[in-house]
Amino acid sequence: MKKIIHFTLNGEPVEALAPVNMTMVDFLRKEMHLTGTKRGCEEGECGACTILLDGRAVPSCIMLAMEADGHEITTIEGVKKNGVLHPVQQEFMDKWALQCGFCTPGMIMSALSLLNENPNPTEEEIRDGIAGNLCRCTGYVKIVEAIDCAAKKLAKAKEAEA
Amino acid sequence: MALPEFDYIAAKSLEEASQLMVSMGSECVVMSGGTDVILQIPKNVAKGMKTVIDLKTIPGLTRLDFVDGEGLYVGANTKLFDIQSSPVVLDKMPAVAQAAHYVGSNQVRRKGTMVGSICNASPTGDCGAILLAMNAKVKIQSSEGTREVAMDDFWPGFKKIAADKKKGELVTEIFIPELKSGEGSAYFKHAVRKAMDLAIIGVAAWVKMDGKKVADCRIAVAGGDVTIVRGKKAEEMIIGRELTDELIEKVAEQASAEMNPRSSLRASAEYRYDMIRVYTKRAINKAVETMKA
Repeated sequence: MKKIIHFTLNGEPVEALAPVNMTMVDFLRKEMHLTGTKRGCEEGECGACTILLDGRAVPSCIMLAMEADGHEITTIEGVKKNGVLHPVQQEFMDKWALQCGFCTPGMIMSALSLLNENPNPTEEEIRDGIAGNLCRCTGYVKIVEAIDCAAKKLAKAKEAEA
Repeated sequence: MALPEFDYIAAKSLEEASQLMVSMGSECVVMSGGTDVILQIPKNVAKGMKTVIDLKTIPGLTRLDFVDGEGLYVGANTKLFDIQSSPVVLDKMPAVAQAAHYVGSNQVRRKGTMVGSICNASPTGDCGAILLAMNAKVKIQSSEGTREVAMDDFWPGFKKIAADKKKGELVTEIFIPELKSGEGSAYFKHAVRKAMDLAIIGVAAWVKMDGKKVADCRIAVAGGDVTIVRGKKAEEMIIGRELTDELIEKVAEQASAEMNPRSSLRASAEYRYDMIRVYTKRAINKAVETMKA
């Protein structure tokens, strides 16, 4: 069974005929051909499939495509603006906060949500913010560092604006 | 994971959801955040489930209001994340914010709800114990009307809740009475990991002090039985007595003794018995320490 859903995907309005029994992560990968969002545990444990739903990071493997109807979805593909990487993305590269890269899109989506909710997080708050994202390569030190540096960069940019 | 075939209906009103439930009976499940329900879809389809009814599209169920002189109202669609980060909840009943924060991860809590957590009726659920200890009430609505059920009567058995799906009954709100002067509450979860882990056990305590004496007390244990239950004999032992470390020690032993934990992959029954004792002590102590002046 398929049903029509309307939602915003990375800033663009989308009308799609989506299978009712499809999770959001499968819908993004198989129907929207956006493979940046990773399929990991498929039970909401590992965070590899994290996307933004109305600006807030959620697991897309325990979300049905149907639930996107009427909402704003952002995936890792929608984070770069006008060809420029977001400071969180840039810091992940500069700090070498990745090894195999499988957890990275999810980590970045969680970091974006965290910095949106709490622009000046402590280290503990950063760790809590990514507690639902598992990385099996690097350990979390560089990831936490990257998010911390991105937060400081964003704060500085905001200060300069004001 | 390819899910089996089912239908999905985004309900627009309580009446609609309730009527659908009456007409479909056991062939439907309801969800709000869906963080538990979506995982259970394959198992439920195998048992004859044909339709998922989504309640989060029903307007007006996202209440998170603290009313002075009454307490906290939590709507069926109110996200756990909004409870954990609400300044008023953190101020007025920090143990409730803490319990919400114990569930899964931030991602799960931005999707999942507190009402959904108690309706999943897990014996180790993270929100149930503090709600039971704080004598919360649950509002259940259907086309036949509204009734209130105390947390004490909310779980009639393993994985069962007081709301009757076949009658179209939906849990629409949780009410948690405010802490008055001399009252405090606390919840501790014991798990291997800080996030994304189920509790081995959890203990919540609510204490009302009258000077040095305990005027009233409620102790609730997760992981101690087939549902979250109270340690009523332990409560009887502490009420009316002067609070001392020796008494708390005895009460904690009693709370442990009246439980019936099982051995599972997560921990042995023996270990659970001992941790219930340890965490009962911690919960009572913290409830008293954080008591409202």
